[in-house]
Parts: sequence; C-alpha cells; structure tokens
Amino acid sequence: MKIIVAIKQVPERDAQVHINSTGKWIEEGDMQWALNESDAYALEEALQLKEKHGGEVIVVSAGPERVGSTIREALAKGADRAIHIDCDDLDQLDALGVARLLSAAIAPESPDLTLTGLQSDDLGYGQTGVILAELLGLPHASLILHVEKTEAGIAVKRELEEGWFQTIELPLPAVLTIQSGGNKLRYATLMGIKKAKTKEIRRITSQELGSAAAPVVVLDRVFAPQKQKSTQILGGSPKEAAAALVEKLKFEARVL
Amino acid sequence: MSGIWVVLEERNGRIGRMSWEALAAGHTLGEHLNLPVQAVLPGAQTDSLAAEAATKKVARFVRLEHASLATYTSDAFTLALEQFIRAEQPDYVVFPHTYQVRDYAPALAARFGQVLIGDVTGIGAGPLLHPTDKDPSAGTPVFVRQLMQGRLSGEYRPSGGICFVSVQSGAFRTDQTESVSATVETLTPKIEAAQIRTKPGPPFRGSAQTVDLGSAQFIVSVGRGIKEAENLPIVQELATALGAELAASRPICDSGWLPIERQVGSSGHTVSPKLYLAVGISGAIQHLVGMKGSQCVVAINRDPDAPIFEIADYGIVGDLFEVVPALSEAVKAAKQ
Repeated sequence: MKIIVAIKQVPERDAQVHINSTGKWIEEGDMQWALNESDAYALEEALQLKEKHGGEVIVVSAGPERVGSTIREALAKGADRAIHIDCDDLDQLDALGVARLLSAAIAPESPDLTLTGLQSDDLGYGQTGVILAELLGLPHASLILHVEKTEAGIAVKRELEEGWFQTIELPLPAVLTIQSGGNKLRYATLMGIKKAKTKEIRRITSQELGSAAAPVVVLDRVFAPQKQKSTQILGGSPKEAAAALVEKLKFEARVL
Repeated sequence: MSGIWVVLEERNGRIGRMSWEALAAGHTLGEHLNLPVQAVLPGAQTDSLAAEAATKKVARFVRLEHASLATYTSDAFTLALEQFIRAEQPDYVVFPHTYQVRDYAPALAARFGQVLIGDVTGIGAGPLLHPTDKDPSAGTPVFVRQLMQGRLSGEYRPSGGICFVSVQSGAFRTDQTESVSATVETLTPKIEAAQIRTKPGPPFRGSAQTVDLGSAQFIVSVGRGIKEAENLPIVQELATALGAELAASRPICDSGWLPIERQVGSSGHTVSPKLYLAVGISGAIQHLVGMKGSQCVVAINRDPDAPIFEIADYGIVGDLFEVVPALSEAVKAAKQ
C-alpha cells in the first residue's frame, strides 16, 4: 500500500504565545516547534499499515525552512521519503489554499491512501483532509481511530459523539483524517535518526504547484479571549489556598 | 441571493439542541443584516419533525427529502445540499458544528470555492469592532472562533460569495419564542446510488459502561498536568475525599491511563455536576464544551493564562503536586 501522510509543524504545546505587531498572528521568532499531535497518530497508523501489508510511507508538509526538522522526525520514525512544499506565506492561506497545495503535490504520486491528522493544534480548522478528498475526487472518512484492510478496500473505525463509534467501508484510493488515541505512538530510535539522514526530501515551491489564489476567508485580528466568568484566584501557600477554597465552596458556592 | 439558510440535523428521530443554537445564530445574523432566516432539514421521512420545526421562527422551512439521506454519508449530504444551495443562492449557510457537519461541510463549501468558518463562538458587526475602519466591507459581519487550543481568539471576515459558517455547541442561546407556522416545503434532490462511495455501519458503544459521569454531582477531572500515570493516586485521593467521580481530558484517555468512559469533552461525556474540579487541564475547546454547564468550576493549573480560568469560578495558580494533596487534607478536615 502506498500511503501519503500530510503533516504540519505547529507551536509546541507549552510554548508562550504572544500576538505579533500586525495583530493578525503570533510572534514566531523564538518559538519551539513540534509535530501536530493528531498528525503523529496519522503517521503511526500509516507505519503500522506498512508493517502489516508492505508498501511505502511518504510524508508531505508545507511551510518554511524550519518545517525540515519535523519532516526529519517523521523520517526517523520510519517514513520512507518526504515532500517539502516550501512556502513562507502559509499563514496567509485559508484551508482551501493549503489543501490546494497539498492536493497538487499528492495527485502525481497516486497513493492508495492519504492520511492527515484530524485538526491542527494551532489554527484548529479540522478541514484540510476533507477538502483534500474533495479536490482529489476521492471518498473520505473523518475522525478515524483504526484502519483495517479488506478485500474491497478498507474498513475504518470512526468516532462519533459521546462515546459512540461506527465502522465505515471505503474503496481505495481514499482520504482519512485520523483522531488521536487510536494507537500508541512510537519514538524515533537512534538507528532511525541515522537512517533518516540518507532519505530523500524533495522540495517543491508553492509557485511550482501554481496556486496563489487570494483567501476567501480572512483572519483579520487575533486577541486574548474574553473571560466568561470572573474567576476568584485564591493565593497564598498551597495549604492556605486549599483552606480558602474549601471555605468558598462551603459558604459561598454552597456545593460542599 | 436568498438570505440565511440554517441546516438542521436530525439524529435518533429528533432535531438536536445544537441545531436550534445554529438557528439562534442565524437570527443574530438576520437581525444584523436584515435578512430572512430559513431552515432546511436533510433526511428521509422527516414529516413529523418538520411539523415541529416549522413552528420555530423561520420564514421558510424546507425538507430536503431522499431515501439516500436516511443514513448519513458525506457523499449524499454534500450532493443534496450542493443542489439546494445552487438553486437557492443563499447569502449565508449556517450549520451546528457537529461531527457530522465537520465531515462534509468543508467539502461542500469547497464546491463553491468557499471555506467554512468553523466552530464559531460569536458574531459581531465589523464596523463596531473596528470603529476607525473606513473600508468598503464595513457592514460585513465578523465571526469569532478560538485559536491555539483556546489560548487566543481570532476574528474572521468573509470576502464575498456564499458564506458558510458552523457554530460551536453552547455558544448561542436557543430562541424560546415560537411564532406562526411556516409552510413546510418538500424538495427532492437527485442522488444516484452509485454516487455514494462509502458504506457506513450502525453506531456502537466502545465498551460496557461502569460509571455514569452524566449524573455525577461531584467530578474531579485530571489532564496532562499530571505528567505520569503513576501520579494519578494523588488526584484519586482528592476525588475520594470529596465523594467525587474521577474523570479526565482526552490526552489522559488517549494514553490509556484512564478508560475512555471517564473522558469529558466533545468526544467523551457531557457533564453538569454541582462541582467540577479541573486539575492540570488547560481547557481546550473540546474539553470545555463537555463541562461548561457545571454549576461551580474550580481550576488548579500552573499556567495563569490557561483557558480553563476563563470559565472557572475559583482558581488556584500553582503546582498541582503541592496543591492537590493540601486540598485533600483540607476537604477531609472540613468533612469531619
């Protein structure tokens, strides 16, 4: 099975977030970056499918130079080769713009299966995989926890709301968006890191992929969220704060 | 252009709360833009549902009716709504941000060269939010949604054409006032069986349920801040002292540290206890939608900017490994 995994580099979970001078995005200067969490699960699912059925796993990622570190991490975990869509203006694109780039890079590879994470931890649109399927003219399923190969194609376990699931059968080729938690994630081994250095990373510029349409939806302004409740912060030592909280819960909120 | 169309969602023979919230969001837009608000319900055999829905405040009500819409598939729903939207040419299409909508609405919008503005928590008038702005788009509404796992908000402006929006659970208050009945119209889209490429199976439960978080009065919930599975007993001790059920955010269940039946959030349970005590949970949107109906929310977190503090009544900013044991002692002392 030939599998493409679209991955995204996002700010590390605990990174400090500051709004930049344009007021439209965050300061990226000394940001720490990481592989988007649900993309890590998409990669894991792809690697396990390859281990069971053979084939090839190719990662594709769009972004500036720095994205290279996340691509190398995926190669070290076991992906066979990579495509880096080199673009500095990823934050100027909307979900359709990003999906167009990915689709243009993926289509010539004709994979059996294309996986992405369910959503990114920064913008959180949760749309790239679904739009990608539409642009590639392929069937899709979203929020997938597990993929099983069948005679006719694949059977996938899809998460529904409130603890329910369903199985969906799809023909191949297809596109899936992967939910976190379906597998245990692997770490890159020392051997894997060594091998990654010899693996192919093909660079394509976004201009070569020929898609520079203006966004139809514009992120105009970012700002600190407004508080919905006025939180009483209880200070002091842990012991004092704990005692104050118990008092409040008993006599003010009256829930104890 | 034909104003605002709200896409309602049928599930288990009912139109869910989130659909009515989407209708409320439609009315917010309609009042701001002076546009009619209408509703469309894709499905099969929705006659009785339609009669109920048509008593809500809608200018028109359309049943988009086809046997292929009885069970949800992305292909059938996208086709049906694509035909409907091409015929109606709405200004705005508003959806509830359900798992089902997330599965097809981005593809539907793409067919019109548009992008869904998803998971919207607020709608504002552009010029009011930009008092100095003199640009010609003044009058276009802006849509607010969360970014960076709830640590930032973003304001989005559509730039023309049909605007597709989905609204977050709980963000818009459902309109209680009901008015005169709209007539129910029925439209039948053209869908061929061969156009449906996926075969969905029936819903099933993950495993036997041994806890009932939905009816728990006290919940102590734990998140990433706990760091290791080995540290869970300190939170369990607090839960025991309070007589509370132990719950968790998604990453804890993803890691297998607690069973999925204890997960609170959009993919787990929705809870509304008297007391919800969040330990080491930053408060991503997916978690908040599952617990923001709690009567009293307490957050313990070392990051004072964690989004959980936006909805907490009481907060302690500090190291949970010091605060939680101290709190367990204080609760035990108070209960003696």
